Amino acid sequence: MALTIYSMTAHEMHDKLKNKELSATEATKSVLDRINKTDSRVKAYLTLLSEEALKKAEEVDKKLAAGEKLKPLEGIPMALKDNMCTEGIKTTCASKILHNFIPPYNATAAEKLEKAGAVLVGKLNMDEFAMGSSNENSSFYPVHNPWDLKRAPGGSSGGAAAAVAADGAIYTLGSDTGGSVRQPASFCGVVGLKPTYGRVSRYGLIAYASSLDQIGPVTKDVRDCAWVLGAIAGHDEKDSTSANVPVSDYSHALNKDIKGMKIGIPKEYFAEGLDEEVKVKILDAIEKLEDLGAVCEEMSLPHTEYALPAFYLLAPAEASSNLARYDGVRYGYRDKNAEDLISMYKQTRSQGFGSEVKRRIMLGTYALSSGYYDAYYLKALKVRTLVKQDFDQAFERYDVIVAPTAPTVAFKLGEKADDPLSMYLSDLFTIPVNMAGLPAISIPCGFSQGMPVGLQIIGRPFDEETILQVAYNFEQNTPHHKLKPQLEVE
Amino acid sequence: MSISKKEVEHVAMLARLEFSEQELEEYTEQMNDILGYMDKLNQLDTKKVAATYHVLPINNVLREDKDRHYLDNETALKNAPDKKDGMFKVPKIV
Repeated sequence: MALTIYSMTAHEMHDKLKNKELSATEATKSVLDRINKTDSRVKAYLTLLSEEALKKAEEVDKKLAAGEKLKPLEGIPMALKDNMCTEGIKTTCASKILHNFIPPYNATAAEKLEKAGAVLVGKLNMDEFAMGSSNENSSFYPVHNPWDLKRAPGGSSGGAAAAVAADGAIYTLGSDTGGSVRQPASFCGVVGLKPTYGRVSRYGLIAYASSLDQIGPVTKDVRDCAWVLGAIAGHDEKDSTSANVPVSDYSHALNKDIKGMKIGIPKEYFAEGLDEEVKVKILDAIEKLEDLGAVCEEMSLPHTEYALPAFYLLAPAEASSNLARYDGVRYGYRDKNAEDLISMYKQTRSQGFGSEVKRRIMLGTYALSSGYYDAYYLKALKVRTLVKQDFDQAFERYDVIVAPTAPTVAFKLGEKADDPLSMYLSDLFTIPVNMAGLPAISIPCGFSQGMPVGLQIIGRPFDEETILQVAYNFEQNTPHHKLKPQLEVE
Repeated sequence: MSISKKEVEHVAMLARLEFSEQELEEYTEQMNDILGYMDKLNQLDTKKVAATYHVLPINNVLREDKDRHYLDNETALKNAPDKKDGMFKVPKIV
């Protein structure tokens, strides 16, 4: 075998498993060994499930030996961001306040993958409660970018992206509220997709902002992304915000070319704030898309600059409500020294939450409080309508919209630690997509300063097929997805 | 729009959070920075714009009024920091 096992994609691994060239146990051992040799420096994992994973792999091998047909993702080692509930397995959201929480149920996305035969090797590090863009807000330890260990992997799904980039998982699931799957995917040179809002069930995803959160795959290539999306998408009775829209065969989209496809390039995404070198790579990518037959045209999403301030009112407002449940009563951390109930709430929450989480709870509480609701929260909701309308109008003319994923490449750890606002600005290009509830994918499109650059492809609601189609065509005609970080092993 | 330290204290009380003097100063400064940035939104005239609470046109998703499987008492209490007689135990209110 020319390929090392842990560096395979899911589809490559599936072929080897099907042809009995590889067993699920060997595959799992290879990935666990890789984690052992790299994760003390990458720190993508919070919980490692070696025994459980090997047990599951053994079960898969037994089934195959008995002649059962191999499902597409069966026997393939993967991991989940630690804000997805896994029954009987610690789920912390990288927060002290949930440091010992063991969910009594599985998130639907986790359950679906388990039933599909996935081998869960661990739970992944993240920014606390999914609030952050660098994975420096984990209350345990930060994640390091496998391309340069002194740099951030992005966030909040930093662990999910770093694990895939380092080959410490064949694929992972992250969650995206303002860019938390796409931006780390961009920083780590991997593929990350945020589905249309409502495409994937949020049942069991520990909530940050209920009208924005979505679970999405982080993978080594676009084909894997299509496979994983197909496995987790679908209506769920247990999530009243999940959409009753049939799930397409996403792999089918990969067979089509992009000749004649109309692509919109929003000029607001190429203005101030975008790093010059990143801009060059994105423009090169657009030229490539034109070589492949697409028609690219500059257009405008006029309310782009208002999306970020509106988001940082809406998301914290929803978060202040969703995080009210962490009060030390029923689960998680409790300050046992408190003498009365209100003190218990205050002390538990103040000790249990990190400073970024507290900052957002404060912002959100203020935005929703009496006297300020109209000026802040309601205003932001109206701006959301304008942002969404921009996209609705654009999609009357264009099939997809292409833009940078992030304004820069991965920054150094600690660089933005003292400036929350500067950190928020790294979500400039991803946030409008969540506000409008649209699907979007980030794929590697080149390098700057030795660090990966991500190209973002945004699509119509429930049209993940078209963004996958464009992404696949670009990927298969460029070398970027085949490159791996030079991670020294111990 | 700016926020005073007193208002920050009030918001903290609403959110059931407590801060040291130094933290209060820091949070007041940071919140003012962030809220200052939000002033941008006042450049837009949104009087005639409807609010978007949710992007999907779904309303009133209800299920049949039938009994379903729920967690049993023991499982529900498994993560409790303190429990007694099948109930969550907390400090007295006053």
